[in-house]
Amino acid sequence: MIAYLGRRVIQSVLILLGVSLITFALLYLLPADPVRQIAGRSATPETVESIRRQLGLDQPFFIQYWHYLTSLLSGDLGRSYIQRSEVTELIVSRLPASLLLMVGAILCELAIGLTMGLLAAVRRGTATDQTLMVASFVGVSAPQFVVGLLLLYVFAVRLGWFPIGGYGTWRHLVLPSLTMGILGAGWYARMMRSSMIDVLCQDYMRTARAKGLARGAIIFRHALPNAILPVIAMIGIDIGIFMGGIVVVESVFGWPGIGQLAWQAIQRVDIPIIMGVTLVSAFAIVLGNLLADTVAPFIDPRIKLR
Amino acid sequence: MSKGAGNTRTGAAGPAASITAGAVLEISGLTVSVRGEDGERPVVSDLSLTLARGETLCIAGESGSGKSMTALAIMQLLPQPAARISSGKIRLRDMDRGDIDLAGLDERRMRRIRGDRIAMIFQEPMTSLNPVLSIGRQLVESIEAHTDLSRAEARRRAIEALKAVRISEAESRLKQFPHELSGGMRQRVMIAMALALKPDVLIADEPTTALDVTVQGEVLELLRDLQREHGTSIILITHDMGVVAEMADRVVIMRHGRMVEEGKAADIFARPQADYTRELLAAVPRIGTGAGRRSSVEAEMPGSVAVVHDLHVHFDLRGGFFGQVNRRVHAVEGISFSIAPHETLALVGESGCGKSTTAKALAGLVPYHGDIVIGGRNLAGLGRDQRKAVRRDVQMIFQDPYASLDPRMRVGDLVAEPLLIHGIASKEERSQLVAALFERVGLSADQMELYPHEFSGGQRQRICIARALALRPKLIIADESVSALDVSVQARVLDLLKELQREFAIAYLFISHDMAVVENISDRVAVMYLGQIVEMGTRDQVFSNPRHPYTKRLIEAVPVPDPAKRRPRFARLDQEIPSPTRKIGEDPPKLALKDLGNGHLVAVS
Repeated sequence: MIAYLGRRVIQSVLILLGVSLITFALLYLLPADPVRQIAGRSATPETVESIRRQLGLDQPFFIQYWHYLTSLLSGDLGRSYIQRSEVTELIVSRLPASLLLMVGAILCELAIGLTMGLLAAVRRGTATDQTLMVASFVGVSAPQFVVGLLLLYVFAVRLGWFPIGGYGTWRHLVLPSLTMGILGAGWYARMMRSSMIDVLCQDYMRTARAKGLARGAIIFRHALPNAILPVIAMIGIDIGIFMGGIVVVESVFGWPGIGQLAWQAIQRVDIPIIMGVTLVSAFAIVLGNLLADTVAPFIDPRIKLR
Repeated sequence: MSKGAGNTRTGAAGPAASITAGAVLEISGLTVSVRGEDGERPVVSDLSLTLARGETLCIAGESGSGKSMTALAIMQLLPQPAARISSGKIRLRDMDRGDIDLAGLDERRMRRIRGDRIAMIFQEPMTSLNPVLSIGRQLVESIEAHTDLSRAEARRRAIEALKAVRISEAESRLKQFPHELSGGMRQRVMIAMALALKPDVLIADEPTTALDVTVQGEVLELLRDLQREHGTSIILITHDMGVVAEMADRVVIMRHGRMVEEGKAADIFARPQADYTRELLAAVPRIGTGAGRRSSVEAEMPGSVAVVHDLHVHFDLRGGFFGQVNRRVHAVEGISFSIAPHETLALVGESGCGKSTTAKALAGLVPYHGDIVIGGRNLAGLGRDQRKAVRRDVQMIFQDPYASLDPRMRVGDLVAEPLLIHGIASKEERSQLVAALFERVGLSADQMELYPHEFSGGQRQRICIARALALRPKLIIADESVSALDVSVQARVLDLLKELQREFAIAYLFISHDMAVVENISDRVAVMYLGQIVEMGTRDQVFSNPRHPYTKRLIEAVPVPDPAKRRPRFARLDQEIPSPTRKIGEDPPKLALKDLGNGHLVAVS
């Protein structure tokens, strides 16, 4: 177990290094010039050059990357070009909002998705099953900005149940979480259904029935832990999709998280922020997968971490 | 759940007319039907039988006879929603409330019967226990489902139940998970679970089919002992007439969903009335019938088809921080044998003894150490192309005829494929060759255009044989090739194999766990245990004069299909077969074989 975790941590560090190199290279190759953004249109070529030197952007690629990497190792993500403040501070101040949204979204996903999948599997082949599967298909295929705007229109504008945007109370959390969660819920519903149908056909389910157990015990004690295993692995992967989603959803709902920060930074080619947000997202994905893999043996004793 | 059936009958859930005195369970006019693409068809038709208190009733028959469906119908566990009880009564004796008709019982009441009054164990102990719940949890929950006992008391009962099925250290076993136990142990846990509440009826559906023969003996004896203690009535469903002879008081023979014959076990075996019963009994392989059969090889002929010398197959297991190799499975540990032309060498042993791995090494499917010489050429020294050419002489037939044919290919193409791979013959010639092969294995040439699912198990195995024959090999490896077939089909496939041997002068390496089949087909026999050969000799030497204790055990463990020769008691194994997995550097002790004369080799320790 310890050896396994040790190896996984080393792997994770390598993955993060790779991510930083690739992102850095992509931003370097980008035709947009950050110095032009900082200096403004009216700046003289001399001013532009001096800013470029000041930021070290006149150096060759690998020197730039090396500087970035060495300061990264001491916990410094650099300064924002535009906002004139430390990237670490900007991200730390916005991270709680994004984490809150992530927790809300994952809860929505699991609550809606797993319930739908479970119900569809148990009622397999009936009208309930078909309705739920059509619904999940809609959830999977609807773009998030459309879902977000639709929810805003119905529940905030027409019904007035929830605020239109912003951050602060649990009411603010509901619509963005739901918007993010509906996409995942569709996936989870489909996955849970097929996983559950698979489990329901297993020999040990027949044994459970032959023992005279109640239906609830059969489904929740015998089927669910077996069916949920592939879904747990999915949650790890899901954090990646989530990180892509927050950029859109935080913008639609004016949610002050790192997604919004990233969106603003991308528009202005604020390289240190883009790098910072990417690395934090990559870290979240790596951590999520590690957690999912570590939790699995507690549910299935056959899985041994080696 | 199967209310549809219940609604059509009157007084379905109420007390039924009283059943025969002394009977626990009485089935009358039971018809079970399954809805398929072409409407509903019966899988059990008009079945009537009674089960007396404390008796063992065997329901025997081949696949598709409806024996398992009958069991599931009694438990109301028929696959939903396709199958249902369309008519008939299943009455269970109930002292307090009058007799109950199970066929019309609603799910809630049926739940109280299941596990408490009627318990069931299944064929596959490997998959019948929930992998994510501990043994203790699974035992305790079935006790709690039917009693008001506290958790601690239920646990105590669970420990008692485990002790009753002779599981040692019962208390610490409760914490174990199914994957930590062997197949035999899992089946004992299933039996403990089934008998913990002392049910009136135990339905055992092929309880020993998936187990090794020595373990089968132990499990059958355990069932007999527990029955004596508790007076449980047992319905034992099996295809194995040896098991029937060993266990049954009365026998019901079924075919195509109908009862063909019913009677006392002794009568059925001694004076079968129905033709089908006679055929079934005639097809059962028996130890002793092979003796005296003309041996096709007189002595070791020069020019062996295959010689295996000091063969080792190891599988490395990785672990530790850097994933280095720290343990090793010694699957095959230095075995040597040779196979002469025309000869059938049988490799016998229980699961995990390395017999299939040996076959795979011979067919080039796993890496090995040692020498494999085929047709005089040592594979180790050959290049890729030469090895491919030599491999033509060795073909394989597998156990599962369903899984070993690609479902998307026409069977004619499947048989032609080896010819295609080795670039033999033009297209027309190939199809002529394949047609001839089809005729030869007892199929017709017009069947070449069909797909595998359109054939029965026996026919599919014939297709596999035709495929193996296509390259005119010198050696065919048959790995448990008849184990999955019904006895009557098995007998015909074995006959075909013998005919082909005479006709094409093929040698067989015949791998099997079934001692009776081995005795029927083999010229020489090698017994494997933990990756090594413990005894080897001609069929008569090994079967008439077994010298190694393990060989004796294997032969003794085979149930004899004759109730008159029922074994008194079966010697139990004190411990399980040890694991072939060892730490690196800890090599297993090498057995030395001693010649007792005329090539009869026995391991001395």
